Amino acid sequence: MLDPAIESILSEAENAGWVLEPEAKRLLKLAGLSTPRYVWAREKADALSFARQVGYPVVAKVVSPRVVHKTEVGGVAVGIRDESSLEAAFDRFARIDGFAGVLVEESLGGVELIVGAKMDYQFGPVVLLGIGGTAVEIYKDVSVRMAPLEARDVRSMVTCLIGRRLILGHRGSPAVNPERLVAMMVNFSKLVMQLEGRFTSIDLNPVFGTPQDCVVADARIMLREEAAAAEDTSCADEKPSPLEDSHVCRRPL
Amino acid sequence: MNFKPLFEPKTVAVIGVSLSNRRHPANVIYNKALHRYPATVYPVNPRGGVLQGNPVFRDVSEIPDKIDLAVIAVRADLVPDVMAACIRAGVGGATVISGGFAEVGRTDLQQQLVDLAREADFPFVGPNCLGIYAPNVVDTFFLPAERLVRPEPGNVAFVSQSGGVLVDQMVIFAGEGVGVSLAVSIGNKALIREIDLLNYLANDPKTRVIAFYIEGFSRGEGRAFVQAASRCPKPVVVLKSGKSPGGQRAASSHTASMAGDYTVFSSVLAQHGVVEVINEYRLVSYCEALSCYPDAIQGRVGILTGSGGHGVLSVDICAAVGLEVPELTEAEQARIRERLHPNIQGIASLKNPVDVTGSAVDDDFYEAALGLCQSDQIDCVIILLLPYSPGISGDLGARISQLYRHQGKPLVAYVPASERYRILIEGFELNGIPVAASIERAIYMADAMRRCQPC
Repeated sequence: MLDPAIESILSEAENAGWVLEPEAKRLLKLAGLSTPRYVWAREKADALSFARQVGYPVVAKVVSPRVVHKTEVGGVAVGIRDESSLEAAFDRFARIDGFAGVLVEESLGGVELIVGAKMDYQFGPVVLLGIGGTAVEIYKDVSVRMAPLEARDVRSMVTCLIGRRLILGHRGSPAVNPERLVAMMVNFSKLVMQLEGRFTSIDLNPVFGTPQDCVVADARIMLREEAAAAEDTSCADEKPSPLEDSHVCRRPL
Repeated sequence: MNFKPLFEPKTVAVIGVSLSNRRHPANVIYNKALHRYPATVYPVNPRGGVLQGNPVFRDVSEIPDKIDLAVIAVRADLVPDVMAACIRAGVGGATVISGGFAEVGRTDLQQQLVDLAREADFPFVGPNCLGIYAPNVVDTFFLPAERLVRPEPGNVAFVSQSGGVLVDQMVIFAGEGVGVSLAVSIGNKALIREIDLLNYLANDPKTRVIAFYIEGFSRGEGRAFVQAASRCPKPVVVLKSGKSPGGQRAASSHTASMAGDYTVFSSVLAQHGVVEVINEYRLVSYCEALSCYPDAIQGRVGILTGSGGHGVLSVDICAAVGLEVPELTEAEQARIRERLHPNIQGIASLKNPVDVTGSAVDDDFYEAALGLCQSDQIDCVIILLLPYSPGISGDLGARISQLYRHQGKPLVAYVPASERYRILIEGFELNGIPVAASIERAIYMADAMRRCQPC
């Protein structure tokens, strides 16, 4: 059964076809995932007071139902160090199409991971874990498993990554907290099972992995269109891009 | 549904034999059944008449015997009526050879068959397929007997969406001496699909390994298949085609773009311990190994050779597929060395690969293989036998094979494929040790055992 609070977030988002980032984060928190501290500031004063409370630097992102790809419209500002920069970012974002406020959140660091899910035509909900960041589609270092996951699936997903040492710790860099990583992936996969039929794909990128926790810094939940859901014709089987299958699961070496 | 009439028929009706065309597929099937198989076979054609001195029945209901299996090879649009007649006559099941259904857009006609069969709980294979080959029991392939290469009875079952791939693999299996328990070409798989045969074969005492050639699953069917496969106590091997991406439309998310159809297929099979075969050449090696050793290994191999070159080549292939070749400890090496003949003690290299050199005799191979079996670091031993070495006798295969019985570690042998070395090969194979015809294939056999577990 879907949590009523999650259900209401989804119904709100259905018209747009995707869940606004602050709402996506609220949804993920309800499902047991960690997010940075954030505020959805409609007014500049809300943004400033939140930033004073958590301390600079902060990250600001535009909230707009018309903007799925925030970076492409200049709707993301990271490393904001003071009030005047935050005010300037707020003013800039306010001019973006469909402006509905600014998401201000604490600035985090750690190993950048990508966590994702999609509806697969043959296998239903599947989840992905990989080395994240903006170059994610260049390295395509990802593991895929059918949801729901067990703890051993998550450990195997890590082992199957080329960049597993980024997660397991290397050359003095600390390991990502393994229990938190497992908990995040297991909870995420349970959520994905509950959302079956409602979503087409989910990208959490980046998720910051640290020795303490795994924190979802950005989230995009694409919903299945009403018409498609009603007809039930396709499971939103995305046609793969030309390069996608150059990368298949590696068994642990 | 009861599949027994399909796969173990005592009586067969071949519906659609021609009275004028000897080469009609139904006639080919009829002739084989008549001359080569124990089941009683009856020809059916609405015009009646006589075929090879036997009366042709006008309808399946006129046959005095109760029919287990009907082979239906009539025009597509006539198949629903024929199937309905079979159901009325109490036939046990059918294989529909005829094409002209979903593969040419006639999903409606195909659906009629499915509806009829579901209603009557009537199992049928096909349409648009070769049907069933069960060694010494039944063969519905419309391929002339003299052209078919048939594997011996054995314990590998093979289920294929493509009839051509199935027959090709049968040729390969026969060539490698790997026997088959059942081979089914499921064609359009209108009613009986991969998962149905997986569940049937999981309980079939003749079958130890279940292999599939799969082009694709219907919506959500893959999930049910891997769940059934992970419950199945027998190794499940899959050869997948259609791996290259079809469409070019850019995906809307990173996940959708990176987790494409084949990536998901391959990953999810591995997650559930289904052994995916990378290409059609490896299928027989995987099946042979898993039919001997159904239990998974961690993948730490010991390599025994009489030639340094073979050792190095095999280490390279192990590295490429992800098998470890751990170095033996000083103590383990010493234990082997003291059992070798004095003339090779000084020249043998025992780190792993263990190279007992071209001067080794049977005893040296045996003792070195024993030493590898006794190492805790090793869970499978690959023996690269060079049968032309002067010190090796024809007994060595049978002798080394006994080690599996005593030590419990899987052994895999490479012996060059030549009739001249048959006695060595049989020494292994008759004792249940798989033999590969190349170094590479011997390593694929070990790799199959490593892959036979959830990843």
